[in-house]
Amino acid sequence: MTSMDPIKTEPMQKVTVKNVKFYYGDTLALKDVSLPLYAHKVTALIGPSGCGKSTLLRVLNRMYDIYPKQRAEGQVLLDGENILNQDMDLNLLRARIGMVFQKPTPFPMSIYDNIAFGIKLYEKIPKSELDGRVEVALKGAALWNEVKDKLQASGLSLSGGQQQRLCIARTVAIHPEVILFDEPCSALDPISTAKVEELIDEMKEKYTIAIVTHNMQQAARVSEYTAFMYLGELVEFDVTSRLFTSPEKPQTQNYITGRFG
Amino acid sequence: MSSAPDLYAARRRSNAISMGLCYAAAIFGLGALVFILFALLREGLGGLSPSVFLESTPPPGAAGGLLNAIVGSLVMTVIGVAVGTPLGILAGTYLAEYGRGSKLAFVVRFINDILLSAPSIVIGLFVYEIMVAEMGHFSGYAGAVALALIVIPVVVRTTEDMLLLVPNTLREAASALGMPRAMVISNIAYKAARAGLITGVLLAVARISGETAPLLFTSLNNQFLSTNLNAPLASLPVVIFQFALSPYKSWQELAWTGALIITLAVLALSIGARVLGSQRTAK
Repeated sequence: MTSMDPIKTEPMQKVTVKNVKFYYGDTLALKDVSLPLYAHKVTALIGPSGCGKSTLLRVLNRMYDIYPKQRAEGQVLLDGENILNQDMDLNLLRARIGMVFQKPTPFPMSIYDNIAFGIKLYEKIPKSELDGRVEVALKGAALWNEVKDKLQASGLSLSGGQQQRLCIARTVAIHPEVILFDEPCSALDPISTAKVEELIDEMKEKYTIAIVTHNMQQAARVSEYTAFMYLGELVEFDVTSRLFTSPEKPQTQNYITGRFG
Repeated sequence: MSSAPDLYAARRRSNAISMGLCYAAAIFGLGALVFILFALLREGLGGLSPSVFLESTPPPGAAGGLLNAIVGSLVMTVIGVAVGTPLGILAGTYLAEYGRGSKLAFVVRFINDILLSAPSIVIGLFVYEIMVAEMGHFSGYAGAVALALIVIPVVVRTTEDMLLLVPNTLREAASALGMPRAMVISNIAYKAARAGLITGVLLAVARISGETAPLLFTSLNNQFLSTNLNAPLASLPVVIFQFALSPYKSWQELAWTGALIITLAVLALSIGARVLGSQRTAK
């Protein structure tokens, strides 16, 4: 209650989205969206299905580039460098901006290899050091205690919640700077959800985080900033506590109170 | 109100009819298969002795075995698969991964489907034209090439189908770690589809191990044990074809035995493929 005042000195912008338009073929899916991702903060993207929040997330690591008919215009600055630039090295970019998906996607290999594989892509390190990195990553994803005795078991043998934490471990293992979560809990039960949310909270010390979620309580719980999107437009971006208590736009008000039609 | 039970009775009736048809079709199909296997066992089992695997095909009336034919078949099958598999896997990978949705992929897939259903005798004639006629003589090389041409479309098709079964989310997850495209395919997609890819190759082996027509025009036959690929080479299907049509009793018996050997080998391969396939689902 003491500081309804927004953050007075604005924190550093790790990622700056500037006037981004996105096309699926001829369909305009993002209409001139601009917003910041502040360093070491969690930014939640909320809005009804089809509003473009996942699309925006997929612009941030250029995941859309896999598909030939999708393209983005505008600028996305990562530490001042425009990642939408055509000569951007996408593999290096994605090593800096990690992503965790809606459905857990363990690779068809052992738990150990699921994590070691990503590390070995860009680093040549001895086995002992690799073992350490795998352990740190699994601990960082609060999975170590559950899997330390079966690191050679298939990643697919884990439960859904464990698989999702394995994917988070895999992402943090390569030391990205930004992590994008695309509805990471929508396929998980409440207990696993709580674990992942706790993780996200701990992770912001090291990383800048963006999370797409359908669950407004989740957005309120885990994020410092929230962006409300609707029909491909950014309607409102604000400090989470204020966006959920006293939004400026009536559309936001309607959505967060569940009166959206 | 009154029509609901009628509707339900009609539905039960049509269900019973279609179920009956399904059973009949299944029994008919399986019955034919069992009959073939039974005939093979009855006629072929008697001739199955060590000498079949130790001696070459005899002149009429003499005793002998199928050693030269078995060796020739093995050599040409191995070479055919060794040549056809990499080509087929790479082409299938192009269709499923790089060329997905492109015009070239559409054309390649269409042509591959034609090749897949082309009568194998056409392939034999084709290889005869480009190799046997050019070289001036029949040869094991020509036979192996003809078999490879049959392997390729089978492997292309199964590779594409199996890679398409790998969910895109897995590819995206791998790309999201900064994995280059080639590694995503070789380390993730191939791994996820491994059992299916192996099954495809085994199916191709099963398919070519019984092919007769393409070998008649290419490797022809050889009465003696030979591994010289630059000369005519014996093979089980061609020997069976020749011996079965002959008037000699001992040759006809060897033909039955040869047919049994091929069938058992293909059966073993199919079971192997099935076991590999089920290992994936078990994990």
